[in-house]
Amino acid sequence: MVGHLSHIAPEIYQALYKVSDPEVPVLSVLDLGIVRDVKQSEKQLEVDITPTYSGCPAMDMIAVEIKYALESIGFQAKVNLVLSPAWTTDFLTEEGKDKLLKYGIAPPLETSLDKQVLFEDARLVPCPQCQSSNTKLVSQFGSTACKSLFKCEDCLEPFDYFKCHK
Amino acid sequence: MQDNLYTYLLMLGDNSMILGHRLSELCGHGPSLETDIALTNMSLDLFGQVRSYFQYAAKVKGDDATEDSIAFLRTERKHLSSLLVEQPNTDFAHVITRQYFFDQYHLLLLEQLCESNDDQINAIAKKSIKEVKYHHRFSKTWMRRLAQGTDVSHQKMQVAVTSLYPYTEELSKANGVEKAMLAEGIGADLDAIKVQYYNELDGLLSDIGLQKPEEGYFYKGGKEGIHTEHFGFILSDFQYMQRTYPDMTW
Ligand SMILES: [Zn+2]
Repeated sequence: MVGHLSHIAPEIYQALYKVSDPEVPVLSVLDLGIVRDVKQSEKQLEVDITPTYSGCPAMDMIAVEIKYALESIGFQAKVNLVLSPAWTTDFLTEEGKDKLLKYGIAPPLETSLDKQVLFEDARLVPCPQCQSSNTKLVSQFGSTACKSLFKCEDCLEPFDYFKCHK
Repeated sequence: MQDNLYTYLLMLGDNSMILGHRLSELCGHGPSLETDIALTNMSLDLFGQVRSYFQYAAKVKGDDATEDSIAFLRTERKHLSSLLVEQPNTDFAHVITRQYFFDQYHLLLLEQLCESNDDQINAIAKKSIKEVKYHHRFSKTWMRRLAQGTDVSHQKMQVAVTSLYPYTEELSKANGVEKAMLAEGIGADLDAIKVQYYNELDGLLSDIGLQKPEEGYFYKGGKEGIHTEHFGFILSDFQYMQRTYPDMTW
């Protein structure tokens, strides 16, 4: 269970766990770390979520899905969008990073390595298919705001890299 | 209502909105797939920032205003974006030069707004600056690449710099609202930004072999709602549906 949410009831946690990011469906909103707080007053819940990127078009949909998920277990929920503290890839859980890798998206590296990869063309991101580090940045910007596009020069597969964001 | 704060939020949001719109016009028209994706990603970031500013502005305004009514229902004279961001996508050299000239300012601005004593502006700035650092790296890299690329790319960059440089000064020239916001500890110190801004800009231009115009003449007016002829066309894109079907919703 994610530390800052350890106070919430298991059934609420389970319901939230089932809500996924529509752009990376293998990730739960809890893996992604965008659920920042849940306040409960009997059958009323207030859920604070924070966007990964300002323009993340998935946020409205995620807010609605959280509301439905909680209604389905008998709660009335209000979802608030909070901006502070700003989301960072540190909010991704270890479980989330594992899921990304299995899904074929390379999880974020540490900040200094990430910079070398994105700005100095260092070859450090392991290919999620064959684990080779002989990989090359194709485009700093990728299919969604949180990703860059890479290519593996050994197995020749293209793949997404989840950018470090701090 | 806090008039100065409201106007200040419009100024912040309008720059991101109009530049975001210009970049969105390039969706599917970028010179290569990677740059197309990059420019539209940047557009998306800017629109995300606009939503944050305008949601807050709607709250400050306090009547039935919403982020959408603020974005779509103002007349030209009420739009307070600077003239630089409305300049058209003439060619890729202009797109990159406009972007770098704005990103450099935007980055310095947000660094200061991260210290704003207004909690919401502070939070928006801390969120946005992470995105704008990427934009800035992208546009600065392309400035260098094109200026030092082929004779043709260098020449096109020189044309773009000559035509867009005169729009830069307005960004860091404080008007009454900006001075009032600075005095309240909410807004940025544009005099300080101006010095850093031109150090960066002129330093890069001379480093990559491009000349700034000699005349030293600058255009201004956007921040007071007086725009170039391009603005009306943008507004007709924005407002066509609302003017045709007033109060329609999606
Ligand atoms: Zn591979």
